[in-house]
Amino acid sequence: MHSSGFFLNDVAGFLGGYYTFLAIMNGIAAFLLWRKKDAPGWALVWSVFAGVMMILASLALSASKSMVPALPEAVRGLVNSLSGPVLYTLGTTALFTGLFVFRKFFVQPMVAWSVLNFTLLLLGLSMADENFAAIVMKPDNVPIVGLVYLLAFFTWVATKQAVVNDERIKQGLPVVEKVNDEKVLVWPDLVYTELICMVGVSALLLVWALFLPAPLEEPASSVKTPNPSKAPWYFLGLQEMLVYFDPWYAGVVLPSLVVFGLMAMPYLDFNKKGNGYYSIEERKFSYLVYQFGFFELWITLIILGTFLRGPNWNFFGPFEYWTPYKVEVLNNVDLPQMFWVQWLNQPLPRAPQDAGLLSQIGFIFLREAPGLLIMGVYLVALPPLMAVTIFRGFYAKMGFIRYMVMSNLMLLMLTLPLKMILRWTVNLKYIISIPEFSLNF
Amino acid sequence: MAIGETIRNSQIWKSIFRHPMPLDRRNRIVVMLTNFFLHLHPVSIKKQGIALSFTWCMGGVTFFLFLVETVTGVLLMFYYRPTLEWAYNDILALRDVTSLGILRELHRWGAHAMVITTWLHMYRVFLTGSYKPPREFNWVIGVILLLLTLLLSFTGYLLPWDQLAIWAITVGSNMARATPILGYEGPGQQLLTIGGIDMITDGSDARFGLLGARFVGEETLNRFYVLHCIAIPLAAALLLAIHFWRVRKDGGISGPL
Repeated sequence: MHSSGFFLNDVAGFLGGYYTFLAIMNGIAAFLLWRKKDAPGWALVWSVFAGVMMILASLALSASKSMVPALPEAVRGLVNSLSGPVLYTLGTTALFTGLFVFRKFFVQPMVAWSVLNFTLLLLGLSMADENFAAIVMKPDNVPIVGLVYLLAFFTWVATKQAVVNDERIKQGLPVVEKVNDEKVLVWPDLVYTELICMVGVSALLLVWALFLPAPLEEPASSVKTPNPSKAPWYFLGLQEMLVYFDPWYAGVVLPSLVVFGLMAMPYLDFNKKGNGYYSIEERKFSYLVYQFGFFELWITLIILGTFLRGPNWNFFGPFEYWTPYKVEVLNNVDLPQMFWVQWLNQPLPRAPQDAGLLSQIGFIFLREAPGLLIMGVYLVALPPLMAVTIFRGFYAKMGFIRYMVMSNLMLLMLTLPLKMILRWTVNLKYIISIPEFSLNF
Repeated sequence: MAIGETIRNSQIWKSIFRHPMPLDRRNRIVVMLTNFFLHLHPVSIKKQGIALSFTWCMGGVTFFLFLVETVTGVLLMFYYRPTLEWAYNDILALRDVTSLGILRELHRWGAHAMVITTWLHMYRVFLTGSYKPPREFNWVIGVILLLLTLLLSFTGYLLPWDQLAIWAITVGSNMARATPILGYEGPGQQLLTIGGIDMITDGSDARFGLLGARFVGEETLNRFYVLHCIAIPLAAALLLAIHFWRVRKDGGISGPL
């Protein structure tokens, strides 16, 4: 769909306010830096940036196609043509890895502020695109934008303190939380904070409710299926997993395992350090596992499922129109098919017509032998193997049962990224495919 | 004499508030011990534990949002009837006719915010290692509360009875159809047969139990309404009480040992 005059009229007011907000935000930042006198250069940078934002605000308010600041058509086209599930996943992985490895650089306030300004500017420029705005401004999708910025902010807050603490631990000093361990009275120190918090949240909620009407679509009709049909946003990570797994695993077993795994966490984490203060170095393993699960396998999948999956659950670039006629080639193959037909050049093993139940089951086992073998090795042989190699220390400290629970939970968690990679590289559909018992994996 | 002084010295005031104004140290301690709403807190607390950069306030905000949802939810129940005939029209009226229709916005955005603040609270508890002994079991209760928050939001999603609602619930509940053994499209459902008759059909499987019908219909609306307004909030309220109580009993607000 091409930008129509109506769309720009609708979005101009919002963008005008948005850029003005960015200008005020940076103006305040510049003022505070100027008063503190330790970074006059940065004060200048942000006041210039604030000025530019004011210019963008007035341009946006013009609501004319040639004036409203937007990403060039060519850039949007390039982003659309480049983006896909593979690049999205690899890109976010690279991003998280980079942020983690160079965390000492990114926690610096001026670096973080620059990143924040960059993403906010990019968001504003993207909002001038009709297709982008149509998805992001859907009332129920707005909270996700908030979630992304809140997560980024709080991760910054936490990492900043962890970096300081890790440095102190290295120098043999007590952590910051330990240094100021004086006690204060709850009245007034805590109850006033709580009161201010309640007032603040109420104000925010009221403003949100006043400016953004709750969605109400046409009356429910069980015969008119919308395309795409999506679950509520917080379950879209699970819906995205349906691309790689059948519902019994993606929709029932994996979510149950997530809940179980979260509950089991305090009993599996035998590391006594890092209790009650921010630290990364002292508990790198549990930190990385949690962050991988939370950011890679939950948040990024929700964003993918919400913003980038359109009709027929096809992938759409951020500036692409959600046409229901997009065709994607589906040439995924099951492992038995690959093994018997493509590699051994013979038909799939199949029981004769008059075979009894046991013989039929036997033939199923034969047909699925490669997949069963792989899964057997993966879930049964790998844990003990890891116990004597990479997890030797873990095994010694955890004991048999705790180690087995942990290693199996980890391996089951990794089935998702592994299946993604197998799908992208060799078009694998199922490792085990037993339609006779509705058991596909 | 100031009128305020007279009121504070009256028998009525003194019968309600069993302590003088919390202006000096002694009375600031007394107020925490004698006020029902405040006795949830300790009298004194680690300064570091309540620093905003350390605690983020997300647990408290989540509880506050739970209260907002309860109040707006009860008010919305006066306007809303969970039947096929009225559900959609009542929501339409809340949007177009009812003076306090903004209650619905507050309730919906409050619900989204509550999901987010629950995640953030959990994230903070993880990052400070506060799930470690002696707080292991309170973390487990927290995980159940997270689940209840999502279920509250999910059951509420159906109530407006528009296209968004019914299809989101249809997509979400279709998963239950594939429950191993107990869903009629799930692996191993063939195992539960007696005398060649399937026990697990689309009229008896896990999804049917969730929806009260073979598809999302009036029975589902009623079922989700009761779960949303009565069953899950009660369960959540009980677990919240235990969650808070255990914060106090399991070593107080988190901090270095």
